[in-house]
Parts: sequence; structure tokens; C-alpha cells
Amino acid sequence: MKTYLASTVAVAALAFGLSAASAQVVPDPDAKNGGSIIITYKDDVATLDPAIGYDWQNWSMIKSLFDGLMDYEPGTTNLVPDLAESYTISEDGQTFTFKLRAGVKFHNGREMTAEDVKYSIDRVVNPQTQSPGQGFFASIKGYDEAAEGKADGVSGITVIDPLTVQFELTRPDATFLHVMAINFSHVVPKEEVEKHGPDFGKNPVGTGAFKLGEWALGQRVVFEKNADYWNKGLPHLDAITFEIGQEPIVALLRLQKGEIDIPGDGIPPAKFQEVMNDPEQKARVVEGGQLHTGYVTMNVNIPPFDNVKVRQAVNMAINKERIVQLINNRAVPANQPLPPSMPGYAKDYQGYAYDAEKAKALLTEAGVGDGFETDLYVMNTDPNPRIAQGIQQDLAAIGIKANIQALAQANVIAAGGEKEGAPMIWSGGMAWIADFPDPSNFYGPILGCGGAVPGGWNWSWYCNADLDKKAEEADSIVDPAKAEERNEMWSDIYVKIMEDAPWAPVFNEQRFTMKSTRMGGGDNLYVDPVHIPVNYDHVYVNDVQ
Amino acid sequence: MISYLGRRIIQSILILLGISLITFALLYLLPADPVRQIAGRSATPATVESIRRQLGLDQPFLVQYGRYLWSLLQGDLGRSYIQRSEVSQLIVARLPATLLLMLGAIVFELLIGLTMGIVAAVRRGTRTDQSLMVVSFIGVSAPQFVVGLLLLYVFAVKLGWFPIGGYGTFSHLVLPALTVAVMSSGWYARMMRSSMIDVLRQDYIRTARAKGLARATVLLRHALPNAILPIIAMIGIDIGILMGGIVVVESVFGWPGIGQLVWQAIQRVDIPIIMGVTLVSALAIVLGNLLADIIAPLIDPRIKLR
Repeated sequence: MKTYLASTVAVAALAFGLSAASAQVVPDPDAKNGGSIIITYKDDVATLDPAIGYDWQNWSMIKSLFDGLMDYEPGTTNLVPDLAESYTISEDGQTFTFKLRAGVKFHNGREMTAEDVKYSIDRVVNPQTQSPGQGFFASIKGYDEAAEGKADGVSGITVIDPLTVQFELTRPDATFLHVMAINFSHVVPKEEVEKHGPDFGKNPVGTGAFKLGEWALGQRVVFEKNADYWNKGLPHLDAITFEIGQEPIVALLRLQKGEIDIPGDGIPPAKFQEVMNDPEQKARVVEGGQLHTGYVTMNVNIPPFDNVKVRQAVNMAINKERIVQLINNRAVPANQPLPPSMPGYAKDYQGYAYDAEKAKALLTEAGVGDGFETDLYVMNTDPNPRIAQGIQQDLAAIGIKANIQALAQANVIAAGGEKEGAPMIWSGGMAWIADFPDPSNFYGPILGCGGAVPGGWNWSWYCNADLDKKAEEADSIVDPAKAEERNEMWSDIYVKIMEDAPWAPVFNEQRFTMKSTRMGGGDNLYVDPVHIPVNYDHVYVNDVQ
Repeated sequence: MISYLGRRIIQSILILLGISLITFALLYLLPADPVRQIAGRSATPATVESIRRQLGLDQPFLVQYGRYLWSLLQGDLGRSYIQRSEVSQLIVARLPATLLLMLGAIVFELLIGLTMGIVAAVRRGTRTDQSLMVVSFIGVSAPQFVVGLLLLYVFAVKLGWFPIGGYGTFSHLVLPALTVAVMSSGWYARMMRSSMIDVLRQDYIRTARAKGLARATVLLRHALPNAILPIIAMIGIDIGILMGGIVVVESVFGWPGIGQLVWQAIQRVDIPIIMGVTLVSALAIVLGNLLADIIAPLIDPRIKLR
């Protein structure tokens, strides 16, 4: 058995193509402590149960109430141990052993142990929990029995002593440390879950930097500082109030008046230019990348998209620069499935350049030189219909008449999940945003054979058994020292996918977080890749002390 | 009266049953799959099927509807698919806000609408009448979203007289209530005007005037009580319309009522919430109408309920 311990983390981070990481998240020594902030949202907070919550709004709120074995260094994608103090990975990459931090307490005062870690993951896998995160744990031994409700827990998770927990996997899984950092593996206390039942999501109790103070349904959620937080010095703020039910436009007006600190839903598109043209307001906007790609899927089951030349032609026909302008440059043009900030992004790959003539020639080669008529499905909220119209015009220029079907989100998703449901879909509003910063996360459900099933998310129904095998190979490289090799394998996989062109990648959205003048902390906290809109544990205000 | 009430209550129950059946059927026929919303994009087909089975959504329509009705009879509206909380709890938490906004809106629309209607009727055919009717027409036609944002911009942002959205104090209530009232007061003004004109033509009004009573006395004591009758029936209907129709206003002002709740639920295909709010709104409409019917004979003895 090879021992990596804490020092490996730095190696792991390096090997994953990221900068070096410390063994534990260190609070910013310049940060001021105290004060409170107000963040607004339009929609209700659905739930704060880490086993259930899976939208971008509650995702980072849950991260502040709960902790997992692993986490990321603030503002980066570097993995660091969190509730774990250290870990070891066996040589075959199939056994992960975590040593827990001693003295970590839940908000109810009880000390967290290895039993809680096991309970929390057993709970997510248990079908009665109806967790959307169940499938993330599929590589753990005994998952199938537990997921089907035939076993009481996942047999591959063993409590060795109160501060040691071991996971046995059925296959080497390079993404396992990321899985230990996602919300679904965050640790919950059994007694509180049993006390509240399905209402645990409204009465969350975790080990996080904040604890729930008040929840007035439909009005506000208040987080209070957890004075007993194991990572001393965090969080910096005494309280965060999330005000619910505020339209983004109203939130912006209130921000301008100094009544709130961060509009959680961002800058409303209609006001974006106005804000960016005003130097005073622009200074309060932080821009950053996002693990997001917007794409057009082409269903390979529906002629003429069964012909690779037609799919390539579509790739060449779309003028991505112009589409980006349509949304006020809130994105950058894309040429491959992975976003630029994702490890494994093929920097040297050029993709299909915009070339309507060549596209036409390809259509002629494919035998549809006279063009054809098809349907382009799109979600019906702004800016997506506008973007679809831009794509429609580009396609019309090479003779493809695409009729726009603008539907509610759920209906587009339903059409995409049918074998011959939607010839083309613009992914906007439903596009893939990574669950964790690893290249594999853009493959399985949306481009792999596993997702090309009824009700799946692989809307192009592209299935390449060869690439599936390569993906499996890449993910079995668990040794952090070989991570660079693994990332390159993933790069190759995505470049090969682009040869078959089941997608036309269009752009990667940028993030724009606006904040009040009193907010402090590095810009990267406001465009944290894992915490949207901001990293609540690490931001602070300047007008205290 | 009693037998009339009994009949109306039975009718109301049938109406509610019908509404529940139609809504349930429409939601059942929706191409969107609620289970996929719950399961999220990372779920395997096995997870999706397991959730579908547990929620009973794999059952035929009639079985699903039967189960829903059976729970409903026991006062159970089910649990939200997305929030996992009890729907009744979510509605009860938001009902006071909607009722408050409704009350505020009704007060405003009566104040504005009735005043405009009476003035227009008294000055029938004059410029005042015409311009009031144009204003009421604009009020009726203006989209609430626009009116709301306009009021918000002028009175909250520019003048700073009221808070920009939110809930809690009387000053929070003014702008949203006024926004709702702008539309309905137009209806009230038109209704009041024509009803008032009818009444003013009656002989007893001429008699009263001939007796030498002051104009205001004739108008408020003699004409108004008769002219206001159709308005009362309208308030009853209005309660229902407001109950289901203030979705937009609640969104603009961040008012934590049931309109906002159902709007979010529709976007997430959260069927138990959509059903629950629809039924509560339907109940309000039915009760509002019933109330109007009961009150009418108390005000006007000529009306007899049979």
C-alpha cells in the first residue's frame, strides 16, 4: 500500500494541472471579522438538505452549512482535505482510507465521527431518500444492492475506528476524491435527520462554518456564524441574510441604493450594458470563467444528422462570435465540449472555424446540397430564443431551414430524452455545468453511451463504444502523480468526439458577480468555480472593527 | 334561504371536484416529467424509476387521481416534490401575505374606482367624464408588470417614499396593492358609473331633489346604496380573481404570497404545489361568490334567495 498522506495533496493538485495546495484551507489573515451581509434571490430556497439540494442556488448555501471529507481551496479547483485530516489510496486505486479531524462538532453540539460519514452516504444511496446524487457513489462496493434497497447500507464503506473510515471500490476511480467533495457526500447527524424526517431540508444541522438562524418561508433565510467551527478564524461574517422573492431588476436597484450586498441571480441581461458602461458600477463587477459550455446537440438517430458531414457542416455554419455579441459578450466562443478553465481542455485544438462556403460543400457531399428542413428545440426564456434565432439565420445561410420550437425547460428536456424526439437542441438554460472540476464530468451522462437512453441527458444520442472504453481507462488512473497523463487522455477523447461532431459547441458563459462597495476579499472568491455566486465562508466586509 | 345555501354548497363541492379533476388531468398530460426534475441530471434510469415508483407516478391516471382525492379528503395536500415539505404548510405560510395584499388592493380599488365612477356619473357627458373613462381604460389595459415597475421606479427609487419591494410594514403594502388596484379600479369605475347613471334617472331621485335635499345628500344617501349593489357582487368575484391573479404583482414586488409560490412551482413541475394552490384559489372563488350571494339580500331586501 502506497501512503500519500497530506503531502500528497500538493502532488495531487499539481498533477491535476493545478497550483499547489496546502493541507487545510487557511483563512485570509487580512480579512476583517464581524458584520453581516444581505444576498437576494428570486426563487425560494428549495431545501438545505445536502442529499436533496441540487440547484445552483442551494448548492453553495449547503456547502456553508455542511462539510465533506474533501473540499476545494477557496477560489480554485484544488482539492484539499476538509473533515478528513489525511487520506491514503491503495496501490490498485480501489481502497480510499480517510483519517478524520478530531473534535469536529455538529451544530447541535455532538461530535462528528466516522459513523456519521458512513450514515450520510448510506442515506444518499438508500432509494427511499430519493436523492438526485445517488449515482455518484456507484463505484463503491455494494452500491447496487444498497441502491436497489436490498441491503441496509453500502457494504464497501467500513468504519475502522471513530476517526477512520474506509471506502472499497469495485474499480479504480480517479474522480473519487471529487465525489467526496460534492454536497451529496456531506456529513449529516443521524439523530437530526431522524427527528425531522423529510423536513430535515428545512431544519439543516451540519458541521459547517454557518448554522441556520431563521427561515421565514418565502421571505428570508438567515445564516449565523458557527462559533464552534473547527477551522478557527472562519467564517469572517457574523451573519448572512438571504432575502427571497426579489426580481433581479429590483435587486439591482436595491444594490445601487446600498440596501443589499450581492444580487444572487446576477445582473439582469437588460441592464448589463448599462452597468458595464458606468465606470463606478463596473468597478463592482467581478468577471470570471465558469465550468459551463453552451452547445447545439444534433441527434445522430435522425437523418440527415446521421451523416457526420452534415454535423460538421453545422459546426462550420454557426458564427459563434456573433452569437456571443447577441448576449452582450457575456461569454467566450467555444470549440470543444470542455470549458477553458477545466483541466484537460485541449488548448491547441482549433475546432471548426466559421466557414459557410465549406459548410455548403460538406452538405453537397452528404447529398443534401439543396438543404433540408429540421427543428431546433430551445428553452423559452431570454436570451435563449434570441440565440436560437441567431443560429437559425446562420443555418439558413447554408440552406438548412431550422424551425424554432421554444418550450418550457422541462419539455425540452423531455424531447431530448426521446430517441427520435428532437433533431437539434440549443442547450441554453439547461446546459451542462460541471458537478466537480474534472474532465470526466462532461462525458458520461451527456456524451457517453450511458446517457444515450430514454430519459437521459445525451441529447445527441451519440454512442461511441471505443471512447467509452477509453474513458474507463482514463478514470482508472488513480495515482495523482499520473494525473497529467490522465488529463491528456481526456483531451484526446474530446477531440475525437469533435471529429464525429455530435455537438456544435457555441460558447462558454462567463460569470459576472456584482457586489456592494463594502465587500472585501480577493476577486476569486466572487467567481469561485465551486461556489456560486460567492464563497460565503471566506468573504468579509470592510466596514467593521 | 337554508335550502338555497345547501344547494349552493353542494354545487360548490362539485365545482371544486371538477376543477381538481381537470387540473390533475392537465398536469398528468404535461409532457414534462416531474420525476426527472426531482432526480436531476446525474440520476441513472434506475434511480428515476425507483423515485417514480415511490411517488406512485407509475400508476394509471385514475389510480393516481383516486389516491390524491383520498388524501385530500383527509386534509392532506401531499408533499412538494422539490422542497419535500408539506404543501399545506407552504400554502399556510404564504396565505397571510396574499390575503393582506388582496385586502389592500380591494380597499384601494374601491376608493379609486368608486370615486371615479361617481364623479363620472354625476358629470356625465362632460370632459371630466370622458377623461376619467379614458384613464380607467388605460388602467384596465396596462400590463401589471409595467404598472408595477413604473410605480416602483417613481415612488420607491426616484422619490424614495416607499421601500423597493419586500414585505412587513404598511409602506411595503402600498405599491403592490396600488398596482393591483390600478387595473381593477378601472372596472369598478365603469361599473359604478353606469349603475349610478341608471339610479340617478329614477323617479325617487328626482323626488328627493324636488324636496330640496342637498345634492350630496341625495347622491350619497339615496343614490349610492342602490347603485352599489352590482359592485358588491363584483367584489365577491374579484376575491377569486385576485387570489389567482396576483402572480405578476407578487413577483415584481417580491411579495411572499401564494402567487409567487405557484409560479415557481410551475417552472419546476412541482405538481403537488400547483394542485394545492389551484384548489385553494378555486375555493376562494367559490366562497367569494357564495359570500356575495349571501350578502346581497341583506343589503337589498328585494333580492330573495330561492
